[in-house]
Amino acid sequence: MSTKLANSNQPMISINKVSKFFGDFRALDEVSLTVDRGEVLMIVGPSGSGKSTLLRCINHLEVPDAGEIMIDGKHVTPKERELNAIRAEVGMVFQRFELFPHLTVLENICLAQQKVRKSSRSDSEKIARSLLEKVGIPEQANKYPPKLSGGQQQRVAIARSLAMQPKVILFDEPTSALDPEMINEVLDVMLTLASEGMTMVVVSHEMGFARKAAHQVVFMDGGTIVEQGTPDQVFGAPQHERTKLFLSRILH
Amino acid sequence: MAVDLPPSTSLQPPTNKRLDWRTIPWWLVAIGLIIAFMGFRIISDPEYTRIFETILTGLGTTLMVTGISFICALILGLVLGLGRVSRNLILRNLSIGYIEFIRGVPILVLIFTISFAIVPALSDWITINGQKLTVPLTARAIIALVLIYAAYIAEIFRAGIESISRGQMEAARSLGMTHAQAMRYVILPQAFRNVMPALGNDLIAILKDSSLVSVLGVREITQVSRLSVSSSFKYEETYFILTAFYLTMTLVLSLLLQWLQRKMSSNVH
Repeated sequence: MSTKLANSNQPMISINKVSKFFGDFRALDEVSLTVDRGEVLMIVGPSGSGKSTLLRCINHLEVPDAGEIMIDGKHVTPKERELNAIRAEVGMVFQRFELFPHLTVLENICLAQQKVRKSSRSDSEKIARSLLEKVGIPEQANKYPPKLSGGQQQRVAIARSLAMQPKVILFDEPTSALDPEMINEVLDVMLTLASEGMTMVVVSHEMGFARKAAHQVVFMDGGTIVEQGTPDQVFGAPQHERTKLFLSRILH
Repeated sequence: MAVDLPPSTSLQPPTNKRLDWRTIPWWLVAIGLIIAFMGFRIISDPEYTRIFETILTGLGTTLMVTGISFICALILGLVLGLGRVSRNLILRNLSIGYIEFIRGVPILVLIFTISFAIVPALSDWITINGQKLTVPLTARAIIALVLIYAAYIAEIFRAGIESISRGQMEAARSLGMTHAQAMRYVILPQAFRNVMPALGNDLIAILKDSSLVSVLGVREITQVSRLSVSSSFKYEETYFILTAFYLTMTLVLSLLLQWLQRKMSSNVH
């Protein structure tokens, strides 16, 4: 009981003074941030601000040049075996979906379950079908991803990461590549996940989602965190000039 | 909003029944006629029949050398191609070095070098029952074609692997797959489909280049023809028939590969 309590006090993600360079360009400059269990964190900022780089550093798709990242008390290291184990528990949803086009929707959701978790075919398919039900497209199970609309593809991508029963899901601009009429079907799935207590880090400018679901909003610019707070604080009463300028631009 | 179109004969949908002469592959008709004409000569002229039957005795060897070489070159080419894109410095440099070496030397010269210098040098090390191993010439021909074409096929696989977007690898890795698993289940199946036409071209190229191993005295169709000519002096008949042999085989292969390609692409997308 006491260990469980101590465990749940520990943040799900802690980022400590992480820096990342691309050549001479400083993409991240000693960024520190914590995400609690069940928290929905939104990262906003202009392009080139380092928000996607920070997200990609969390599961080491970009390896930080300095600093450290802990996920659920485990140090994220470049060591293959340990990194693979951590990645299996950290879902990622990409801007361009990145479904595997040569596999059916069902196979997309089953692949990592079978190869990484070593689940049986029938177990993984059972999970896949229930997840397709959850994201609202059970009838698409046997189609190939290129036949689906963008919104449907992104929902499959979310189901694919959910199939690994992740502790946290990272969303990298999940609605930026979608036609406007499909954005809501993806946001609805994300709202459901948030309400179920999934820990989420979302890079996105969807204000509606931020106001409905985010617990914490971070505004980044020039590789640093400029401002941080609740959605009402950051969007309603921004303290910094750069934040005000950025918000005035995206809110028209 | 409906727009009234005047009844017009020019707006009739084109009828599919009538063949449009512009869509007929005339080049194919022409080559087909050449082959048909040679076929007619072979049937009607006893001299042609005799030469045809002589060349036919080498067909099995040509097909065997081509088939075995292609399959082995595919396997070795895949290994080299994976080495070519490997993050391992030694593997990568070994692969690039090998590929550039092979691609920098003419195929005919390589066939001589591999068959008469490299293979004997290596087989001298192996002794069976106190006797030094001698590799048969047909086997040397296949070894040479495999070593040469593996380098060319490796470059095809490299291009195929690099044609798959980085995001596919990232998606696979972010699900916890190892680099090898991501390659095996995500990248390679897509790369394979992309390089099918290029691999088909190399199969046809091996078939044609199998004629080069006639310099080793391997009795494939070119060598059989040369031997036949040296005693019969029927240059015209023999080499026309030999040309028709290659043309028929490459044409059939090319049409077969096109059909396969169409079938595969209609299957999925």
